[in-house]
Amino acid sequence: MSGHSEFQPTSAPVKWLERRLPILSLMHGAAVAFPTPKNLNYWWTFGGILMFCLGVQIITGVILVMHFTPHVDMAFSSVEHIMRDVNYGWLIRYIHSNGASMFFLAVYIHMFRGLYYGSYKEPRELIWILGMVIYVLMTAAAFFGYVLVWGQMSFWGATVITNLFGAIPLVGDFLLSLLWGGFSVDNPTLNRLFSLHYLVPFLIAGVVVLHIWALHVPGNNNPLGIDVKGPQDTVTFHPYYTIKDTFAVVMFMIFFALFVFYMPNALGEPDNYIEANRLSTPAHIVPEWYLLPFYAILRSIPDKLLGVIAMGIAIFVLFLVPWLDTSKVRSARFRPLYKQFFWLFLIDALILGYIGAKPAEGMYLVIGRIATAYYFLHFFIILPVLGLVETPKPLPESISKSVLDKSAAGKAA
Amino acid sequence: MKNKSQIILRSIVLAAGLALLPAAAQASEGVALKQVDWSFNGPFGTFDRPQLKRGFQVYKEVCAACHSIKFVSYRNLSEAGGPQFTEAEVKTIAAAGNVTDGPNADGEMFERPAEPKDRIVKPFPNDNAARAANNGALPPDLSLMAKARKNGPDYLYSVLTGYAEPPEGVVMADGMNFNHYFPGQQIAMPQPLSDDQVTYEDGTPATLDQMAQDVTAFLMWTAEPKLEDRHKLGLKVMMFLVLFAGLLFATYKRVWKDQH
Amino acid sequence: MTADQAEEPTRRDFLYIATGTVGAVGAGALAWPFIHQLNPDASVKALASIEVDISAIGEGAAVTVTWRGKPVFIRHRTAAEISAAGEVKIEELRDPQADKDRVQKPEWLIMVGVCTHLGCVPLGQKGDFGGWFCPCHGSHYDTSGRIRKGPAPNNLAIPEYVFLDDGRVKIG
Repeated sequence: MSGHSEFQPTSAPVKWLERRLPILSLMHGAAVAFPTPKNLNYWWTFGGILMFCLGVQIITGVILVMHFTPHVDMAFSSVEHIMRDVNYGWLIRYIHSNGASMFFLAVYIHMFRGLYYGSYKEPRELIWILGMVIYVLMTAAAFFGYVLVWGQMSFWGATVITNLFGAIPLVGDFLLSLLWGGFSVDNPTLNRLFSLHYLVPFLIAGVVVLHIWALHVPGNNNPLGIDVKGPQDTVTFHPYYTIKDTFAVVMFMIFFALFVFYMPNALGEPDNYIEANRLSTPAHIVPEWYLLPFYAILRSIPDKLLGVIAMGIAIFVLFLVPWLDTSKVRSARFRPLYKQFFWLFLIDALILGYIGAKPAEGMYLVIGRIATAYYFLHFFIILPVLGLVETPKPLPESISKSVLDKSAAGKAA
Repeated sequence: MKNKSQIILRSIVLAAGLALLPAAAQASEGVALKQVDWSFNGPFGTFDRPQLKRGFQVYKEVCAACHSIKFVSYRNLSEAGGPQFTEAEVKTIAAAGNVTDGPNADGEMFERPAEPKDRIVKPFPNDNAARAANNGALPPDLSLMAKARKNGPDYLYSVLTGYAEPPEGVVMADGMNFNHYFPGQQIAMPQPLSDDQVTYEDGTPATLDQMAQDVTAFLMWTAEPKLEDRHKLGLKVMMFLVLFAGLLFATYKRVWKDQH
Repeated sequence: MTADQAEEPTRRDFLYIATGTVGAVGAGALAWPFIHQLNPDASVKALASIEVDISAIGEGAAVTVTWRGKPVFIRHRTAAEISAAGEVKIEELRDPQADKDRVQKPEWLIMVGVCTHLGCVPLGQKGDFGGWFCPCHGSHYDTSGRIRKGPAPNNLAIPEYVFLDDGRVKIG
């Protein structure tokens, strides 16, 4: 991070500030002069897109709180108040509710990019782990936020998820009453989830700073997965990647806006437009789409405690990926076998998502169990074994050489 | 270049796939609904104002006997993007309802005619009263019904026009009515609409089909009163973003020119 | 090649400026919904007028009602208060206004009970001028609610109102 900055203050106020708080040179080193591999593809723009998502969620969230009432008798109608009476309230709420989906879409792409190009490997293990911490915090924030609407899915989702903690032996009931603040999901529950929903995004922002800090020690991985050899392999972050990331963010905004303006409820559950009713459970309870794979894993185990444990492991195993993957080669481009298994795993995750949305019965249950088994197989068997048995393709000499070869080939064609 | 566009294409397909999976998973369930070409469908859709007015009339004269629309205020009826009754009309409509206000100087609650600022008066004071008057079944609030069901408008229209004699061999529970499109096909609500149930002021023939479409459109408006604003703003935002993305792409190419 | 280079800077600058300008316009337009949401919403605006029954307020008595979240004083003035208010020399006032311009019917003084200094609620029938006295920073108002002494710059505000009949007034 340090050592790259050639920040030379010229104006007097900047010099004054710089002597007391060298924040401008820090920013300059991190976001302007930072040497970045010149061969990053569009998959690398999702880091910037995720920063955008976090910003959008925090800004729209702070605004929604100005109009929302966290009380069981008023939460649902205050959301409708936002949708009907508040100036542009419908826009801000639809941005926030769809923003959660966009955030998860972007984070999954970001994670699968990391898996494909081996971005979690030495020396970047901690970047990956911090990223996983962010992901877990995101799921918590998303769950808390979903409850606040106090629709049928909010209420029954909260009931089902909190009851998972009741499966923990010995302390289950104690945890449940701590979560609920009562004998069931009720006003105290809503209030504490509201408080936490406001807290977690700032925790996320804090971990994001660590994530980027850790990234700036070794620098970015790249599609070739080989180390940067010298200045000829890199460009400065600004203007090269600031402009590319901005372009990518605007492309992402187009996709985002399609949902906000033309299908704002496509990703939501219709049942959540019915106010919470503790006497009647909806026909099938499903979480939001981004949690469906884990929900499928939970349901494919026919035992309450084991199901919860399986789901917990399914998330926890991702933290261990840097050590489960034994290959020294980072990028899947040079790992012919891993490349195949990567796509198989992606398909498996999609199948799990599909199954999570289906009732847990008949063929769905069978497919769900096979997909669950494969999920664990991928991490615990395939990843470690592949690194030992696979023969990687020869790695290119350097990033700049590979880039030159490619553009030469492009010109020849 | 080819490589990059392939990547973008692949990412879009993947993103769309991820997004649409759960939706696709659920679309395959249940009886296929009748599909109506609603005026509010599509990116440029708007409400048909005479239709909303007719729909309100159907709601008021038929549905409102049992169903509330508690999130809608009388004043909404004159707002842009809705039925757009005049303010004078809204005052007259509101005055037909009574609301409890107070306490007055003597500490008594009192009844007064509703005003535009009031929520549309509910047929029953609370859920228990509604159940008691309806054989134990609760007529749900309709404000958000068009969003509270999959393909809400088509569903509402299908249910309203989906009543029939029960087929041979179907045993109906006591007080239930057969409906092709209601989940379980047994619905507590008797067929609410039949030809010429209301007399439209604009002379439109009040067929069952017409009334069902009109009241469904009205309920879509009560569920999504800012739909027209949303579509209008969406067009502007999209045009802006496409223009901006184009400029940014050109800038991006220019900045990177010396690197390739 | 040389011709190209000579032309290059202007074309490039134009592109950068155009992109930056469009971005700035977009950011500006985006800011508006986020600012406008702070303005009074439709349900607040709908409550902007109230009707008050004043038939029971005797001479020399007053009621305070809440209108748009603020107190409104409705005072049934005595003949002495009305004449005292009428006798004041207008040119001596800080915020010159005749009493007859502040009332529709002389016996009914209807005004927003918020001190024009820093927004406290003045106390009735107190102060050096027999009108209102603000306890926060000592502003004195007369029997017409006009500022006479103290830090407040203006007279107590008169809301829009109409008498619907002898017994009722609609404020707002």
